Amino acid sequence: MTTPLFEAKNLQKYFPVKGGILNRTQAQVKAVDDVSFAINPGETLSIVGESGCGKSTTGRAILRLDDPTDGEILFEGQNLMELSKSDLRQKRKEMQIIFQDPYASLNPRQKVKQILDEAMAIQGVVSKAKRPERIRELMEVVGLRPEQAERYPFQFSGGQRQRIGIARALSVDPKLIVCDEAVSALDVSTQAQVLNLLKKLQKDLDLTYLFISHDLGVVRHISDRVIVMYLGKIVEIADKKDLFDSPRHPYTRALLSAIPIPDPSKSRERIVLQGDVPSPMNPPAGCRFHTRCPFATDICKTEEPELRSTTFMNETHKAACHHIEKIAETEKTSIV
Amino acid sequence: MASNEQTPVLEVKGLQTSFFTPDGEVKAVDGVDFSVNSNETLGIVGESGSGKSITSLSVMRLIQHPGKIVGGTIELSGEDLLKKSKQQFAKYRGNRLSMIFQEPMTSLNPVFTVGSQIAEAVRIHKKLDKKAAWQEAVNMLKLVGIPAPEDRAKRYPHELSGGMRQRVMIAIALSCDPELLIADEPTTALDVTIQAQILELIKELQEKSGMAVLMITHDLGVIAETADKVVVMYAGEVVEQADVKTLFKQPLHPYTQGLMNAIPRHDIDLDELEMIPGTVPTPQNMPSGCRFAERCPYARDLCVEKHPELATPSNNVDEAVTTGQTRCWIYTDEWDGPNPTKGVATNQ
Repeated sequence: MTTPLFEAKNLQKYFPVKGGILNRTQAQVKAVDDVSFAINPGETLSIVGESGCGKSTTGRAILRLDDPTDGEILFEGQNLMELSKSDLRQKRKEMQIIFQDPYASLNPRQKVKQILDEAMAIQGVVSKAKRPERIRELMEVVGLRPEQAERYPFQFSGGQRQRIGIARALSVDPKLIVCDEAVSALDVSTQAQVLNLLKKLQKDLDLTYLFISHDLGVVRHISDRVIVMYLGKIVEIADKKDLFDSPRHPYTRALLSAIPIPDPSKSRERIVLQGDVPSPMNPPAGCRFHTRCPFATDICKTEEPELRSTTFMNETHKAACHHIEKIAETEKTSIV
Repeated sequence: MASNEQTPVLEVKGLQTSFFTPDGEVKAVDGVDFSVNSNETLGIVGESGSGKSITSLSVMRLIQHPGKIVGGTIELSGEDLLKKSKQQFAKYRGNRLSMIFQEPMTSLNPVFTVGSQIAEAVRIHKKLDKKAAWQEAVNMLKLVGIPAPEDRAKRYPHELSGGMRQRVMIAIALSCDPELLIADEPTTALDVTIQAQILELIKELQEKSGMAVLMITHDLGVIAETADKVVVMYAGEVVEQADVKTLFKQPLHPYTQGLMNAIPRHDIDLDELEMIPGTVPTPQNMPSGCRFAERCPYARDLCVEKHPELATPSNNVDEAVTTGQTRCWIYTDEWDGPNPTKGVATNQ
């Protein structure tokens, strides 16, 4: 097996809820609760889930943009939790992030060349004399014209701004890029341009992506492996093919069936989940999905399921459900 | 679906809406025609800047200064809405035609309970007294599937989840039994599992009441699952219209084809997404020929020079797929040579 580029072990991120006269912590929002995964060099691992499932918090926590409450984060074997602030800053050039909103994540008062220059200056990756050349190069890499570096962010469209965000991330030669809903704000035709660019860059520059998205279509297109999260927990992790062809967790199945398919001739059975996602402040005991799960039994209300594989699943495919076998069984009979 | 004989619930002809900015007139909607019958859903699909939302706001007469409807007619069951005075139209809006918006948080008033907001609409239009209106509000909440409606009616918008708030919006919109419901990106801000619930709800309520629905969205998936007929808009114009099955089976306009091949699908694997190069032209420098020409892989001199009309295809198309209309030179007699889009496989 390859050594992973990055590993998260038992990652937790709790946010305190304060209140009362003394502003004491009254409760914890368990945004990410005991999450472990590894990313291999050169692959794209995606995290999908709905709002509030903890996918973005996970992305921020592994870069220590928000310090995790507990757990280990290992980058090339080194525990980032133990690094001092200045050492961590040094390390950040290996790990970059692209944000969702291309309007809010670029400084409106800086020209594009200043935005790119600043990133390189802080990390000290390119000498001052060589930076103009590198900026030209970066602009071309992301499909913009070099002379456009003289412009301000407001002079660009959403898709072009996202390219600038990508150029900024690439300027320090990172190994890992976290893409947090990087194409969600874009129209489909520009989204396709940016997705194809990300794929090409990965091939050319040997990049590793952690791709965070709520859009399963985008995830299928870009990923090698996929994690599905629900209420701060991983409910299923699998190679892309396994996840989309034979999802095992009832939540994954409902999620897949809920997405409208742009093809009216395809009819299929839809699992419409009842109700809303429960509050992460007070998640249900046992399996966190049991309040909405059509297969839930008594054991689901009390015992929390572990991520596991079974005989008919690939060993890289794991789901956190007590009833994987039973659900697979009902599927067989319903097809017959 | 419905026969062509009946009077459409909504008929829009030659609608033009412009914004008068210091830099000159911006034609956001430039000559749009469509109609919707009762019990029918018309989908309007397009990307940002296509004019789809301005079209729906025009129908509701919610265009604000410096915007203005400068041409065309909008008829509701045969009555021209643009001829009505402001006071007359106020009796229609929220009553015979109503609208739900994308953002359920900002379209509800945060300082009133949801029950009182539904009751307000009922009191104004149905002339019910306070008590009866409140009862009606509770009934509406029940109708849109909100559990414990008596209790929820007393809650404020911030106490409800996004999906619940959108249900409340639907309750307000439907409280007066409208003939036409305009849904402008009703599920874009919601998670997919909640989106599925809301789309199902709209469909169910339509079956009960027979209202016409105008579904405005950027999502071709939502269109495929909800619409009977589809209008594709680009840069302020309709570029293609057809019934939903025909449109997805054989999209004619190169823009529609490009759009369909640009969507990443969760149900099939695609090697590469087709890209539509460039961006939508800005209204300030709208091309005088075909507005899609500069992004179109098949454009010729003809396309750059002359502006095509929306018409039934007369050339380069199978007999079987002539039910729709498209705005492209390829399908007119002026185009000599074969159809260059032939053999372009859509994602199916």
